[in-house]
Amino acid sequence: MLKDWLGHHHGHHDSLVHRLPAAGKLWAALAIIVGSVLVPWGWHAWFIGVSALLLLVAGLSRVGLWFLLRRLLLLSPFVLGVVLVNALQAAVPGAWLALAARSAICLFTVVLLSNTTPFGKVLAALRSARVPALLVTTLALMHRYLFVLLDESERMRRARASRTFERQRRMRWHLLGTVVGQLFVRASERAERIYAAMCARGWK
Amino acid sequence: MHIPDGFLDGKTAITAAALSTVGVGVALRQVRRELPPRRIPLLGLAAAFLFAAQMVNFPVAGGTSGHLVGGVLVAALLGPSAAIVVLTAVLVVQCFLFADGGLSALGANLFNMGILGAGGGYLVFRLVGSRLRGLRGQVTGVAFGGWISTVLASIGCAGQLAWSHTVPWSAGFPMMASVHMVIGIGEGLIGALAFLAVQRTRPDLVAERQPTSTGVLPGGMVRYGLLAALGLAVFVAPFACPWPDGLEAVAAKLGFDAQATSSVVHAPVAGYRWPGIHSAAGATALAGALGTMVVFGLALLLGHLLVLKPTQEPTKAATKEPPC
Repeated sequence: MLKDWLGHHHGHHDSLVHRLPAAGKLWAALAIIVGSVLVPWGWHAWFIGVSALLLLVAGLSRVGLWFLLRRLLLLSPFVLGVVLVNALQAAVPGAWLALAARSAICLFTVVLLSNTTPFGKVLAALRSARVPALLVTTLALMHRYLFVLLDESERMRRARASRTFERQRRMRWHLLGTVVGQLFVRASERAERIYAAMCARGWK
Repeated sequence: MHIPDGFLDGKTAITAAALSTVGVGVALRQVRRELPPRRIPLLGLAAAFLFAAQMVNFPVAGGTSGHLVGGVLVAALLGPSAAIVVLTAVLVVQCFLFADGGLSALGANLFNMGILGAGGGYLVFRLVGSRLRGLRGQVTGVAFGGWISTVLASIGCAGQLAWSHTVPWSAGFPMMASVHMVIGIGEGLIGALAFLAVQRTRPDLVAERQPTSTGVLPGGMVRYGLLAALGLAVFVAPFACPWPDGLEAVAAKLGFDAQATSSVVHAPVAGYRWPGIHSAAGATALAGALGTMVVFGLALLLGHLLVLKPTQEPTKAATKEPPC
């Protein structure tokens, strides 16, 4: 599932939407989300207009409507659960429909943004928006090593699976805890190497 | 526990965003002041670690599974300010790249998992650690703090959803709190085991963070405590404050609740909108207190079982290690 998404984040898709400036896309997405959250449900024109705009952009971006819809469905179980509770319990009869529409629009916006904008460009936009440098550095390092550490944990999982023939209930928790702890040790050792490399290249 | 977009209304989202902006600002300043430059890459790597660790699912009763949040674990290893920065990075990446948790709800999620979860949980970790000395106290503290952080975050989440009129408090709170009281046990257990694993492999990583002078809280802790209390007062107190409820019960018994509605302190609380909530709230508070004590006992037991003989630990761990 994760690999499936990563393919799109690192894939070399190109379209008119991909080439738009990242900062502009970021602010537009923020405006759509804030607007959709704040606008009263009575303003049907806003919701219809935004939905049409999003579908147009999705068509132009050539990401694939089926891929976008699948991601939307993958992320929806929690939304659907809360919508159901709301439909059964809320005082206002039509509230669940508003809730579903708002969250679907916002989710679609974020999925579309993340699939047409490389994360590096988002970071550059954040940096120019005066987000503290320490946070942006942390985000950049996290994004760079996220997939490395995911691979590392996958290697650890495979190594463990090839050495243990049976799964004991009592041992399972111990193994999980040890794997998480080992992962932290490996991450911090990697961080030490990265710092040495950064200094060697004239960081600061 | 990641709240998606559209679930919070404007006032809740803006209040939560304001609280967590202040919190993250304080955390960033503290980190810049306290963290030596050579540890700065560790923030990014710890964020990546936390993301990978959150992929580790553990079984919860009834065939479902929960996953680690890890705020207290990172706070115990790196300090509370660094943990808040790390959680901010994790939540931002989850929001932008994986659309997990909404952009407009980012502030609320940060408040729940960062300030309430990691900040509040770290406070518990320190309190337990100052009472019980040594590794045993730390392991107990990570286990109990992890449980508390999960429950606190879920209560904050339920309060925000109720304040936005998305899920009524009477439905959301029991559901969120009871589920997370169970999930929190897994969080505490894995956190404690992971902490112990780090301590056994690289004792220097753990020792570096431990306070030299006991009793003095690290920088920013008072401010996180204030922010957490303020947030709880805004999001949760109007629905759940047990003290006005008790007072209302007494007032009703004495027959002057008509005047009580105009009293200065409890007028905005308006807790008597839901008939019959007095006894329910009392029962909930009692169950919560009982559950907390049971979990604290379990955490204590875990600390004792895992750290049997502190003096002989290294040799014992060495013989147990499989060759690799």
